[in-house]
Amino acid sequence: MTDQQWDTLSIQAVSAAGVVYFLALLAYSAQWAARRGAVEGEGSARAEVFARFAFLLTVVAGGVHLLALVARGFAADPNRVPWGNMYEFTLTATFVVTLVTVLFFRRWNLAFLGPWAVGLVMVVLMLDVVWLYEPIAPLTEALSSPWLVIHVIAAITATGVFTLGGLVSILYLLRESGRLSSLPAADVLDRISYRLHAFAFPIWTFAVLIAGPIWAHQAWSRYWGWDPKEVWAFITWVVYAAYLHARATAGWKGRAAAIVALVGLGTLWFNFIGINFFFGGGLHSYAKP
Amino acid sequence: MSSVREKPQGPAQGNERLPGELTLRELLRWTWRQLTSMRTALVLLFLLALAAIPGSVIPQTSVDDFAVKQWKADHTRLGPIYAKLGMFEVFSSPWFSAIYLLLAVSLVGCILPRTRVYWRALRAAPPTAPRNLTRLPDSAAFATEEAPEVVLDRARALLRKKRYRVVAGGDAVAAERGYLREAGNLLFHIAVLVVLAGFAIGSLWGYKGGVIIAEGSQFSNTPTQYDDFTPGKLTKASELDPFRLQLDRFDIQWLFDGPRKGMARKFVAGLTWWDSDGTKRTDDLKVNHPLSIGGTDVFLIGHGYAPVLTVRDAEGNVAYSGPTPFLPQEQRNFTSFGVVKVPDAKPKQIGLQGLFLPTYNGDPLNSAMGKDLNPLITMQAYVGDLGINGGVPQSIYSLDTSKMKLLAKPGGKMFRVDLKPGQSVDLPGGNGSVTFEGVKPWVRLEIAKKPGTWLALSGAIMALLGLCGSLYVRPRRLWVRAVRSADGETLVEVAGLDRSARSDLTDDLTAFVAALQGAATTDITTNGSAGAAGAAGVQEDQ
Repeated sequence: MTDQQWDTLSIQAVSAAGVVYFLALLAYSAQWAARRGAVEGEGSARAEVFARFAFLLTVVAGGVHLLALVARGFAADPNRVPWGNMYEFTLTATFVVTLVTVLFFRRWNLAFLGPWAVGLVMVVLMLDVVWLYEPIAPLTEALSSPWLVIHVIAAITATGVFTLGGLVSILYLLRESGRLSSLPAADVLDRISYRLHAFAFPIWTFAVLIAGPIWAHQAWSRYWGWDPKEVWAFITWVVYAAYLHARATAGWKGRAAAIVALVGLGTLWFNFIGINFFFGGGLHSYAKP
Repeated sequence: MSSVREKPQGPAQGNERLPGELTLRELLRWTWRQLTSMRTALVLLFLLALAAIPGSVIPQTSVDDFAVKQWKADHTRLGPIYAKLGMFEVFSSPWFSAIYLLLAVSLVGCILPRTRVYWRALRAAPPTAPRNLTRLPDSAAFATEEAPEVVLDRARALLRKKRYRVVAGGDAVAAERGYLREAGNLLFHIAVLVVLAGFAIGSLWGYKGGVIIAEGSQFSNTPTQYDDFTPGKLTKASELDPFRLQLDRFDIQWLFDGPRKGMARKFVAGLTWWDSDGTKRTDDLKVNHPLSIGGTDVFLIGHGYAPVLTVRDAEGNVAYSGPTPFLPQEQRNFTSFGVVKVPDAKPKQIGLQGLFLPTYNGDPLNSAMGKDLNPLITMQAYVGDLGINGGVPQSIYSLDTSKMKLLAKPGGKMFRVDLKPGQSVDLPGGNGSVTFEGVKPWVRLEIAKKPGTWLALSGAIMALLGLCGSLYVRPRRLWVRAVRSADGETLVEVAGLDRSARSDLTDDLTAFVAALQGAATTDITTNGSAGAAGAAGVQEDQ
């Protein structure tokens, strides 16, 4: 296949993934309607079928999403990891959200999270295509380093999982204030949110405090230089550290801790989007020549 | 206020003490308690995050000195105020330092007592079984034909295999595991201090500097040879590693087609260097692959062109000759700006400023591409006083023309030094001549020494390991009791306690009970809701 064909395939796969995510969302709505419509018995059995179908569609969408990523990598000349600009970063982070939802679906009883995660992924994917799309371009010399792969994949994975954790924190806050009674109990949501954050925090630590500095040392001659991106990565780290502490502190547990987690998510996404748009991204201006 | 007071006797009896009045010792203890409390640590963490924000919004001297000067010029009223507040050096400002130093103190205040507690817990036996095991949120009970001793023996073996610390006493077995959680927690917090120490050492005793070297030129590692040099507060200029290096060649691969047409790749600087003993070596320096000389790292961070010019003065003597680095204005096509100062020209000093175009293609302001396919210099010439002798340091990349006269052709027509390699031009008015001999590449090297880097890195890795321990190790307590009941059967009770914020206890407990039962079983009752809600009532510890 030529690079052009790979590129076309990637774009088509992104659209297809968006459509399948939408179908999954429809199936989830059908499940919700079925559960509401029927009191007992037949209705709940039908809801169960819809739920399974929705999960299956989510898995399919995730597969097509992955194909879009791989094709994007092959479309570049020379072939590379598809993490060179904000479009590719978001494409991957949303895939991580789907992946984590699917992988931990049974183990952590994430069935309730399905429609929310799928909805989030679909919306973000749409915004990504509309606002952040960039034609495929090779990486600049300083970006072609094995540490790029390590640093960026860790940052993306952490971003995806933090995002999912933030989503559960929002659900927790809603549930805790008495809404969305069909969701699991508030303390269950709180615990799932904590697990997601506890999963992402060490990965984030590795990305910004170990792999990032090693790469920065090789490429820019200093391991930490308070570049705007580094400042905000540090801020994000500090806020999430505060979240982990808050969760174990009387008076902060629960509501306050969840809000801290959401502040952390805000700083994370501000660092990713805001810094690039408002501050030019400093040295982290990605593939721009 | 008297400084000596009696022992505190409670608020009611302290007839001389006002409510809320404290002795110095009490005050200190109160301060220490406040400072080392989790709440304060939280507030300090938020303050740290907040205090870092200006460092990303306002230009920082350590990141971009030029941007700071520009900002000050644009904000004449705010500039001095910000400078006084340390806004241009946020990360070394007293207020930022105060926050992280307080955090460090708070950290120590947290680590010390917890280490003591942990040390005791490590040596203590698992707590004995509570009297009524089935009252615990996660518990199970079953009856069996086997003797109590057999069941308890099996429980011990099973728990040991799962790496529990096991103590048997009377009719029950008590077991605990997951001691590494608190160890990880402590390790993480100590590691944060290690990272801080490594970072501090690097910024106090390190230095960094940049220098441009043209092909064929040499550089010695002394502060005067740098174009810019930033030492740490305690760095001694005399203690720089005395090495010397020379740029033998610079290779670059320009792309003539493909999506990055006109861009370059594979920058390689061939260096010869002599270490402090004078031992000579050659090495290829590449982007992303620094060269380590002793403890000093040399990085390749930029490149450009240095036209080789020869300037003769009005008396016909060679007053200047050599490569002059021009600074690229556009990374896209390497249209570069440069200045030539000829202080030795007589009777009047000569100055040139203007552009170098690597590939001249008819447009006198823009090069067609970055590679030097058709080089051209196009400069203006000045004569007069360069202003160098006044003692005020000048940038070598700007020309002070306030005391100089722009040369023009007889009749006032514009004169420019437009030359291709090998060409020469006479300056109007018999002021001498300029010859463009050829082009040499230059590289910009960043030379840095950061002691403590390895300390900071090991600290960060320690922190990560500690973090994983403190987040993923699940501290558990488990008890098994077996008693022979009145009807001759053995009644077995099992209970568990998860001491972390997680809760996969129910499933594990079920599996353990199944293993414990072995073959002979009668009815089982389990307690504890299934799934994630299992340990809702379990206390959380940090």
